[in-house]
Amino acid sequence: MLASEDDILGKAEAWARAGKGVAVATVVETWGSAPRPVGSHLVIDEDGTFLGSVSGGCVEGEVVTEALDVIGSGKAKLLEFGVADETAWRVGLSCGGRIAVYVEKVA
Amino acid sequence: MDIALLSALNAARAARQAAVLVTDLDGQMPGRVVTADRLADDPLAEAIRAAIRTGRSGLVPDTRTFLTVQVPPAQMVVIGAVHITQALIPLARSLGYEPVVIDPRTAFATADRFPDVSIHAEWPDVALPPLKVDRYTAFIALTHDPKIDDPALLHAFEKGCFYIGALGSRKTHAKRVERLGGQGASAEAIARIKAPIGLAIGAITPTEIAVSIMAEVIQAWRQGIA
Repeated sequence: MLASEDDILGKAEAWARAGKGVAVATVVETWGSAPRPVGSHLVIDEDGTFLGSVSGGCVEGEVVTEALDVIGSGKAKLLEFGVADETAWRVGLSCGGRIAVYVEKVA
Repeated sequence: MDIALLSALNAARAARQAAVLVTDLDGQMPGRVVTADRLADDPLAEAIRAAIRTGRSGLVPDTRTFLTVQVPPAQMVVIGAVHITQALIPLARSLGYEPVVIDPRTAFATADRFPDVSIHAEWPDVALPPLKVDRYTAFIALTHDPKIDDPALLHAFEKGCFYIGALGSRKTHAKRVERLGGQGASAEAIARIKAPIGLAIGAITPTEIAVSIMAEVIQAWRQGIA
């Protein structure tokens, strides 16, 4: 797992060096049962191509959307996700936990 | 995140160096990458040291400062393609250690006995240098043969492995201490050898001995590093 985490950040650097807009999303806090541990990364480029994960696939879609926004604005964001029931209009974590994800642009 | 920080993190990774990326989630302070050898001057030295020891990323307690921890993957080098080694390999793997086996005795070091393992049927002085043995390596000498184990142990001292263990009774080990001293190893280095190897859990079978060795490796890793 550590080795693949490294590949993720390696890829982020490679994309940025190739002139792409890139964002790195990191799980910074978890409460209750969370699918991916604190420190897990998802990297996203300006075309929406991504690598890694911050959940078991539940919230990646929304993180990618937010990341594109971060790439555009250059302003970092802290996202929180809880169970789907509480925020029915948004994506959520089926496992019942909560996570906080920090998304920042590579510049 | 400044791309220079991403670069520094990736470079540390390639060099098998522990490193921590420090990020202020409120964006008030610029981020920085701290490597294990540059810890002393850092205001967060204590928290960073603890993070490296556990290998876990997380917020510094009561702050908005996040530490992304990157620790090199642990390796395990085993000298001796013996029965205990066969039991030790799957155990080490399941705990995230990538094992390598070295034994110049070609009858022992066979792919039949060690399927899917990186195995070197060579003398330690030939096999070890290309392996990048380092402080994130657990080093285990199991041949019982001084011609093979001794030069390997000298290499492990030089590279500062976080765990160095050698098979053999107290009597065998006393002779080993004498021989290694005669070859110029310091008393301090020799004292680092765990011998008799493994935690004293009354292990008898090769698998039980492998468990006792693995437990001792975990203890050294979790309680000793950084």
